[in-house]
Amino acid sequence: MAPLPGFGMLKGLWVTFRRLVDTYRVDLRWRGKRYRSSEGLQDRLSYKTRGIFTVQYPEEKIPPPENFRYVPFLVYDELEGGERKLRCTACGMCARVCPPQCIWITRAVDPETNKPLSQPAEFVIEADVCMNCGLCAEFCPFDAIQMDHNYELASRDRWSDLRFDLKKLSKPASYHAAIHPLRDQQETLERAGKKEEGAA
Amino acid sequence: MTEAPASVTLSDLAQRFPEWVSADGRPGYQGDVVTAGHLREIASALKTDFGYDLLSSVTAADYPVEELQDVIYHFSKSTGGQPLELKCRVPRGEPRLPSLVAIFPGAELQEREAWDLLGIRFEGHPDLRRILTWEGFEGHPLRKDWHEPYFNEEVKPFKDRWPNAKQQPAEQRTVLKDNLKFPPGFNPEGWLQQDDEALYQALKREAVDTPGLISDRIIVNLGPQHPSTHGVFRMAVLLEGETIVSLKPVMGYLHRNHEKIGERNSWIMNIPYTDRLDYITSMSNNFGYVTAVEKLTGVSVPERAEYLRVMMAELTRIASHLISIGFLLNDLGAFYTPSLYALKERELILDVFERVAGSRMMCNYFRFGGVAADLPPGEIERIRGLAFERLPRSVAELDRYLTDSEIVRARCEGIGILPPERALAQSVTGPLLRASGVAYDLRRADPYSIYDRLDFDVVVGRHGDVYDRYRVRLEEIRQSIRILQQVVDGIPEGPILAGKPAWSTRVPAGEVYGRVEGPKGELGFYLVSDGKANPYRYHVRAPCFINLTSLAGMCRGHKIADVVTILGSVDITLGEVDR
Amino acid sequence: MTKTDALIPVEPTVPAELQGLVTLTSLDRIYDWGRRNSVWPMLFGLACCAFEMICTAASRFDFSRFGMEVMRASPRQADVMIVSGTVTKKMAGQVVRLYNQMAEPRYVIAMGACATCGGPFKEGYSVVSGVDKFLPVDVYIPGCPPTPQALLNGLIELQKKIDTESIRTARWYQKGPGESIPVPLLGPDLIDPRRTEEINLLSGAGTTKTAESQSQAEEPAHD
Repeated sequence: MAPLPGFGMLKGLWVTFRRLVDTYRVDLRWRGKRYRSSEGLQDRLSYKTRGIFTVQYPEEKIPPPENFRYVPFLVYDELEGGERKLRCTACGMCARVCPPQCIWITRAVDPETNKPLSQPAEFVIEADVCMNCGLCAEFCPFDAIQMDHNYELASRDRWSDLRFDLKKLSKPASYHAAIHPLRDQQETLERAGKKEEGAA
Repeated sequence: MTEAPASVTLSDLAQRFPEWVSADGRPGYQGDVVTAGHLREIASALKTDFGYDLLSSVTAADYPVEELQDVIYHFSKSTGGQPLELKCRVPRGEPRLPSLVAIFPGAELQEREAWDLLGIRFEGHPDLRRILTWEGFEGHPLRKDWHEPYFNEEVKPFKDRWPNAKQQPAEQRTVLKDNLKFPPGFNPEGWLQQDDEALYQALKREAVDTPGLISDRIIVNLGPQHPSTHGVFRMAVLLEGETIVSLKPVMGYLHRNHEKIGERNSWIMNIPYTDRLDYITSMSNNFGYVTAVEKLTGVSVPERAEYLRVMMAELTRIASHLISIGFLLNDLGAFYTPSLYALKERELILDVFERVAGSRMMCNYFRFGGVAADLPPGEIERIRGLAFERLPRSVAELDRYLTDSEIVRARCEGIGILPPERALAQSVTGPLLRASGVAYDLRRADPYSIYDRLDFDVVVGRHGDVYDRYRVRLEEIRQSIRILQQVVDGIPEGPILAGKPAWSTRVPAGEVYGRVEGPKGELGFYLVSDGKANPYRYHVRAPCFINLTSLAGMCRGHKIADVVTILGSVDITLGEVDR
Repeated sequence: MTKTDALIPVEPTVPAELQGLVTLTSLDRIYDWGRRNSVWPMLFGLACCAFEMICTAASRFDFSRFGMEVMRASPRQADVMIVSGTVTKKMAGQVVRLYNQMAEPRYVIAMGACATCGGPFKEGYSVVSGVDKFLPVDVYIPGCPPTPQALLNGLIELQKKIDTESIRTARWYQKGPGESIPVPLLGPDLIDPRRTEEINLLSGAGTTKTAESQSQAEEPAHD
């Protein structure tokens, strides 16, 4: 209970005043290095932050954490001689598990024997339908499809830009290792383990 | 997790009404089947003699093979315990049964939904109109033989995605090149849209007479686009001067066919869709769905996964209540400052979600038998910092800022009072019910997960007005922080998933009603499985939807400026109201 | 109009002695610069994306740094309609009505998968597959929901689009009223008044649509 009428509001206004003073006080303590610097960004993102905590996009961008998921991409291994080998074997697991069913895969067929090959002839993801759930990357048995971190996909025409075909989706394994270091490490260990089992 | 405690009363019921009550013999089904003609007597007996004063859920299911439709009722006691399930089976050609609105007013909106989506007529319902679709809509969508315009196959995964996919937009598959389907021979020339006549008639019927000068009454529509309606929600209000005489909520502006899509999806595909129900509390929705399915499959969850689940659920509760408080203050006219403070704390919680689950809002984190991924390294320290340092300080600051403010008290005390008997009768749950004085919290009344081992209080208000609801939510944040602290201290090491991750689950045939205490109230999932990889019937008992039954009663007699405040205190999220 | 056509475009240069004192720009650039830095959004949140829009307006991702902080509830005073969330058939009429009430110059941003194409709910019976079935959309932002940074990226894309506009070709300075889109009606399904003939013709095939659509799916796709 407030002792005097109006006292409750004054208590509230004091909170706002403290916060206002904080915004200047913290900036002064950092002596102008709080913005446009990575230590400043870390401070503004931590749970201990006080004062202004605006992240000034597009000049500074919050680095997405490893688990961040947006639209998927396909991984290709770079072999010696510059050859690119797509990890995808067109097994169809991602197409089967995708909730809005936005993955369309046509398995390649050997033109002479008419037998199916373990690679996709066509692979389309409707990026405008994709709900960024990550189930495709979670259940891919070959670590071939992973979730990208790129969110800057705004475009003026959805029919030309937001249908990702095989060419647009393929990215190198080095990119995957750069954005998902821990996951890549774990996957490499598992693949090595499976190879040993297969050899033994 | 068996239904044994409830069946004691079921046999009492069978003793008292021997010809009218019989056990449901289908494998995996619980509950009793009741004849339609005596439904009302049995329901009143349950309320008065057996103490089941809260009608948790009314839903329906379609069984074209047996030529029957089921209407399923779940009754709970406000003192706690498992729900009691009763069913009525009506013929599919002529589905009619008596309405329970006279005994349990909370059935009103749910019966309208059963009429809208499945075509079941409830006799004696005061206002049986379509609720989620519109008047004039063709057909009853949730019937098994009703196909939507973009119908591809009965269940997913669709065969035309792999191995021979010719990608084409869904529009190409339909006659009209769009998501449209008209009855044969329909001529749209000069079509006049069916007006809201029925709505306004119902509005005038429910109006009370006010003493004094007889003045003209006007109908005002608030919404669906309105800065304070928390989404696309419309209220038709009958005004006498500035005083409200009658109010009718109109919903369905965000009806996204969650249940129909749910029947097409496989079990695991539904988890990302539950994120989009109450989009602010995605972890909680996941929790409810996964709890329901685990009841059916009988899998037990490892300890570490249980702790992680509770941690995420409580963080979600804090985030949701922060938004609720912030937006209540917005509705009062505090031009965004308190909501900015609340959103700032929520951003820190969303950071946790982003690092752990991958997305700020649509977390998709829970799986059947555990959770999808473990905490990344260093995360537990950050959550510890949040739980022990940051959040207690922020809540104390919000408390100091807002609770004693004279303006907040003057505008919120005594407004929108909901007496406890009416709250129970109208099936209200969550902070709305607790602020009216009824200590009903599912985490204590019908415990799930590890809540029976954790130490926290159920927060109860006294007057049932807007101010009490604000206080209850603020205090619930404190209790959630308390739970969070215990979980962070006590989390064990171990596996996070029972068994291997599976993309396709076969759930044994049967039905289940699983519920959790979401931040808005009792979030229940009624699932029917026929043993295949997709649900047969998927229904969400949405707390916000049912809490809206109480809106008209709370607003009557207040000024129009108070409607916005009262709606803010009910705290709805349209994704859940309309599904 | 003929007078300006007779003008010969000249590359302007500033003489050396006046370099520090005189800046030359074109009228279009000043016009666009003023307009792109004060685009006022309309308070129009439909669903989950609305929450990311609110977070973009909140302190961490402040879009008032771009001049957009004034969010107006009234469409008469707003410049851009950020359609954030699923447009359902019941709501489609209201969306079009609000668009018609906006004063030119007006822009539409389709934020999120649902506004772009119906998104994950595309298969539903009461969801419109993309707001561009009714409104002319300027920028599409995919994502479910797009993070605030993605939304800001989309707003910057809109600003770039505004930069390409010119006073001479601006529609709102031409003679005649702006075109308003006819409001769709709610019948057995959503009726777009621009397509009444088509609906009349094709709705005879209504009941056999399922069989027809299956046979269409088996035919080779025609884009």
